[in-house]
Amino acid sequence: MTATELSVDGVTLTAGARHLVRDVSLTARPGETIGLVGPNGSGKSSLLRAVYRVLRPDTGQVRVDGDDAWSLPVRQLARTVAAVVQDSAADFDLAVREVVAMGRTPHKRLLAGDTPEDVELIDSALLAVDAVHLADRPFDRLSGGERQRVLIARALAQQPALLVLDEPTNHLDIRHQLSVLGALRRLPATVLLALHDLNLAAYYCDRLYVLHQGEVTASGPPSEIFTPQLLAEVYGVAAEVTTHPRTGAPQVTFLPEEPRR
Amino acid sequence: MTQAATGTPAERTVPRREATGSGPGRTRQAVILLALTALLVVSATAGLTIGSVQVPPVQVWGIVTHALGADWQDPDWSGARETIVLDVRAPRVLLGAVTGAGLAVIGTALQALVRNPLAEPYLLGVSSGASLGAVSVIVFGFTLFGPVSLSVAAFVGALAALVLVYATARTGGRITASRLVLSGVAIAAVLTAVLHLLLLSTGRGNEARAVLAWTLGGLGGVNWSTLWLPSTALLLGVGVLMVHARHLNLLLAGEETATTMGLDVARFRARLFVLLSLVTGVLVAAAGPIGFVGLMMPHIVRLFVGGDHRRVLPTAALGGAVFLVWADIAARTVAAPMEIPVGVLTALCGGPFFLWLMRRDARRGTDRGVA
Repeated sequence: MTATELSVDGVTLTAGARHLVRDVSLTARPGETIGLVGPNGSGKSSLLRAVYRVLRPDTGQVRVDGDDAWSLPVRQLARTVAAVVQDSAADFDLAVREVVAMGRTPHKRLLAGDTPEDVELIDSALLAVDAVHLADRPFDRLSGGERQRVLIARALAQQPALLVLDEPTNHLDIRHQLSVLGALRRLPATVLLALHDLNLAAYYCDRLYVLHQGEVTASGPPSEIFTPQLLAEVYGVAAEVTTHPRTGAPQVTFLPEEPRR
Repeated sequence: MTQAATGTPAERTVPRREATGSGPGRTRQAVILLALTALLVVSATAGLTIGSVQVPPVQVWGIVTHALGADWQDPDWSGARETIVLDVRAPRVLLGAVTGAGLAVIGTALQALVRNPLAEPYLLGVSSGASLGAVSVIVFGFTLFGPVSLSVAAFVGALAALVLVYATARTGGRITASRLVLSGVAIAAVLTAVLHLLLLSTGRGNEARAVLAWTLGGLGGVNWSTLWLPSTALLLGVGVLMVHARHLNLLLAGEETATTMGLDVARFRARLFVLLSLVTGVLVAAAGPIGFVGLMMPHIVRLFVGGDHRRVLPTAALGGAVFLVWADIAARTVAAPMEIPVGVLTALCGGPFFLWLMRRDARRGTDRGVA
């Protein structure tokens, strides 16, 4: 598993007459962890969908390792790019191990069975998200957080050089938020992820892109871009930004308008 | 920097359990398939034995092996018995097995393709489309494709109905279980009404009555010369679906997720819609629309082998074959000498099954519709 470079050049995405994303450019160098932050509806998910090849850009290009992602065959791209998306799984009695095994599909010929190497990859993917004990449980019966971890394991089993995740910490308790983000960060792969929690984003990402109304308003290392002015403009709330004395990462504290009683 | 935060217990060993398609799972699957194959042989023997003229099983096997050119007992049976076993019952039992297997795999694949546990060719109006196609051929005497005209027309009707139901049920990229079944029922009702209108307005009364009986689903009237077509369709269908079993699994994860794992979902679905309509069309042309086999078999089979299509498809095929062979035996005997259309019997089992499934899903809270 190696890392690959992602570059998004001037991508515009529309749904009907509405702009979802307007002229966004973004780069992720091999091995970097890049975060997308921004309020609801700012275009994070849409931009990710253009990267994992579900939403075709109206203009602009998504290039993975120099190749236009949209002119590669779906299967070939899937050997390089894996994604954990906001998608609902159907209810079909698959065991967790079988769900994770799906990730091997782009690497397999039709009719080929799972080899010992596949089994090993599946096991280590489960280990990385602390889900080994779930391996034989029915996927349908898991809690939201457990499912999310299994889906991340499935993406890891795909051995991506670029991993795209849409809100991977949704439904996770705080311990697993930290362990999953830590595991992602340790991957050799390039990681692009959308996150709600600014403090987690600041701690785990090398660089951030702040999206607002479908456009990039700021980008760079977390310590450089998080300012009270930016947060007020993008989120419409007052905030204080400090440097955390222990972690050294910027720490955002929102200041509600109503005083605390 | 995050070593402490991750809490990943690196020292915890991974239990060496085998993944799908290997190890104990494979042995269990082999046992299930062997048992079902044995059961199918027993069922087929019963199908050849039971009827207005009882032919003992030993004699049945004597006749069958004799016909295959291997004698292991004196051929001391009458010619009439040989005719009954070889020319009347054998094609019928085979058609039952082929149709049951075909409907079960079609149901399995359809449930994955529309990502809905209630999908089934009969409930979704696909069988009605096929019937209407076939009946139009009979009524209008359209025979452009010679002896396979009926099947071709049934295929076209099935495909049209499937595309229509899918397009109606899908709005904004989502299909909910209820909308899918409702559009299926509505479209089936319209198609069936048109079919009845065609039959009633045709001048040929006797033919109309025969066709009407056929629309209830039945395995009678088959002979060796027409059996090759449904058999070929079944082999084609099972073969292609087995090749794509992994892809059917991917669809369970969601359409976008399936795309990220290398499946061109739109193209895959379009191709499989054509394949499933083809098999449905041919089976309906041969045996009439037989409902609920495609609904029941996949669910029953999943209880035993789980949801992986590499295991579900072959198991469902064998299960469907066994089921329909027995359903046909029942159809021939319960009200003898009168024969009940086998579709009536499968509906008698399948309707309650559908209700149970619906209530189970509601209890589980999984009737959430799928993206």
